[in-house]
Amino acid sequence: MMQQLHKGHLGRDSSPGAQGEHKQDKRMLAATIQDRAFKHISLLAALAVLALVVVIVYQLTTNAWEAISRYRLGFVLSSVWDPVFHDYGALPFVFGTVVSSLLALLIAVPLSLGVAIFLSEIATAKLRRPIIFLVEVLASIPSVIYGLWGIFVLVPLVRQSQPFFQRWFGFLPIFQGPPFGYSLLAAAIILAIMIIPTITSLSRDALAAVPNHQREASYALGASHWETIKNVVLPYNKSGIIAAVMLGLGRALGETMAVTMVIGNMPQISASLFMPAQTMASLIANEFGEAVSPLHVSALMEIGLLLFLVTLLINVLAKFLTTRTKHKGVQK
Amino acid sequence: MGKRSLVVALVLMLTLSTAGTALANLQINGAGASFPFPIYSRWFDEYRQIDPAVQINYQSIGSGGGISQITARTVDFGATDGPMTDEALAELDRKLLHIPTVIGAVSVVYNIPGVDSGLKLTGDILADIYLGEITNWNDARIAEINSDIVLPHLSIAVARRSDGSGTTFTFSDYLSSVSETWKNRVGAGNALRWPVGLGAKGNEGVAGLVRQLPGAIGYVEQAYAEQNNLSQAALQNKAGNYIMPSLEGASLAAAGVDMPSDFRVSIVNAAGEQAYPIATFTWLLVYENAFDEAVGGKLAEFLLWAVTEGAPYAEELHYAPLPAEVAEMVKDTLKQLHFNGTPFLQ
Repeated sequence: MMQQLHKGHLGRDSSPGAQGEHKQDKRMLAATIQDRAFKHISLLAALAVLALVVVIVYQLTTNAWEAISRYRLGFVLSSVWDPVFHDYGALPFVFGTVVSSLLALLIAVPLSLGVAIFLSEIATAKLRRPIIFLVEVLASIPSVIYGLWGIFVLVPLVRQSQPFFQRWFGFLPIFQGPPFGYSLLAAAIILAIMIIPTITSLSRDALAAVPNHQREASYALGASHWETIKNVVLPYNKSGIIAAVMLGLGRALGETMAVTMVIGNMPQISASLFMPAQTMASLIANEFGEAVSPLHVSALMEIGLLLFLVTLLINVLAKFLTTRTKHKGVQK
Repeated sequence: MGKRSLVVALVLMLTLSTAGTALANLQINGAGASFPFPIYSRWFDEYRQIDPAVQINYQSIGSGGGISQITARTVDFGATDGPMTDEALAELDRKLLHIPTVIGAVSVVYNIPGVDSGLKLTGDILADIYLGEITNWNDARIAEINSDIVLPHLSIAVARRSDGSGTTFTFSDYLSSVSETWKNRVGAGNALRWPVGLGAKGNEGVAGLVRQLPGAIGYVEQAYAEQNNLSQAALQNKAGNYIMPSLEGASLAAAGVDMPSDFRVSIVNAAGEQAYPIATFTWLLVYENAFDEAVGGKLAEFLLWAVTEGAPYAEELHYAPLPAEVAEMVKDTLKQLHFNGTPFLQ
């Protein structure tokens, strides 16, 4: 883009008018300086992002060093978190974070894809605009509001629904436990609602990017509406949809406030969806302010580092998946 | 023209007003415990009327933050709900004093359908509930001391703080003092390894949980339980009496302990016929030898005011004021505050 602009300048300047050649030279000089300055400034901005990531990792690592050197790998594998007797392990928090986020995806992905397909393939313009608006409204609600709604509406609902599940499916470990309402399930549902707008609007963009001639070709071959969506539209931009899902997952992993309000904040690994759990982000938010002993602070820092690594891993995985599907890709 | 003069006037006003405040102000910065924040901010506000030259800023970032900021000397005073350890104090180059300001009580609150008031608990039973040993409200041990009320067959939902908190420290300090098992298995701290229970953030979170969940039991600051009309349990104190949480009960708890000269004392399970057993001092942390003469002097004056004329404000906000003997001791301690040997107060 920049190069094109540059060429544009040169092109104009190489055919100068009879008068004002001097003026043109000056303009060219100014343009070159401008371009160069712009190039450097944007480079600086790009480097700043890189530096930021490096500084964050460095800071987290040095601050967490006491815990890292003391527990080594045991930190990730231990499920004890005891600030009184100074014994720290991260497993229940990793479990809570990963499981609540994956459950949220399980709920949110089908719903979001449904909405996205409806908006891009089926809805009339009249219907489309208000729905898009509502999805955006959903995205702009602060997470503490979701948390409050969770406490007053969702948690009682989960609590009341549990006896039903236990009556019919009580033999399954995922439905066992006392009826609190504050649970992994409540957190997953809240998270799902919070990431639906992200996944919906990004996958709608991905679907909108599918050229119309692809659809027309499919119809021309006698495919139905459904067959066209299933066989042509969705596969065409698979990578875009995966990217949307991964961004949603990223948001779910880092969400703090709404989760901590409904998850019950009990660091334990339980098979039951109805048991309380705890996540990494929520633990940090909860305990950092009153952490007095250096080892406690250091262990919390290491939790932060772990959370950072988990999200990094997810992003790398997303990149890997999107490029792979692109290469394997559908005819472009 | 009219517009321009308006702008000029505005600019003038702004410069004048900022210049005005800049002239009058000596800024004193503090940070720490959130539990006493309401009374502290009231004090700072009232104190502005008395000494307009001083502006005290306070960030309620938690006791842990308060301790680390005063030890790093990024603030002029700290505040904490739990006393600092000997080791932490020994690491400092200058002597850091704990100045008790007010007393707070922690209420045990519950939600048992049909039982709005009148529940009595002993420390032992409370510890066993929080250890997960007693799991139902119709447990024989609870029934034994509550013969006047009918307790339902209902499982107990234990509620507690998920965030690190001075309230948790006081509560667990109490359980440690009454139950050997609790002391060895869980201990006392701002954040714990809880054997059972649901965690909620802040007093409001625990209160919300208790209000919503039939069968729930929780602990919150007494002021909070009072203002929100939660059912509070009477607790058996050291003398064997069942005491409802109250300001007087908390003050009596403070009067019932042998006060050490550095004020770092726990007043849970205190002696005294009418003492309420879950109470605590909250402290301000100041260096005995100030790092800044002006700030140290004004801070000493403020502290003296707070424990004398400021005391009545405490009760308005549901904190118990210091007992008279303790207030006298604090006054004597404040006289030790100095700048390189020159005391601030006479």
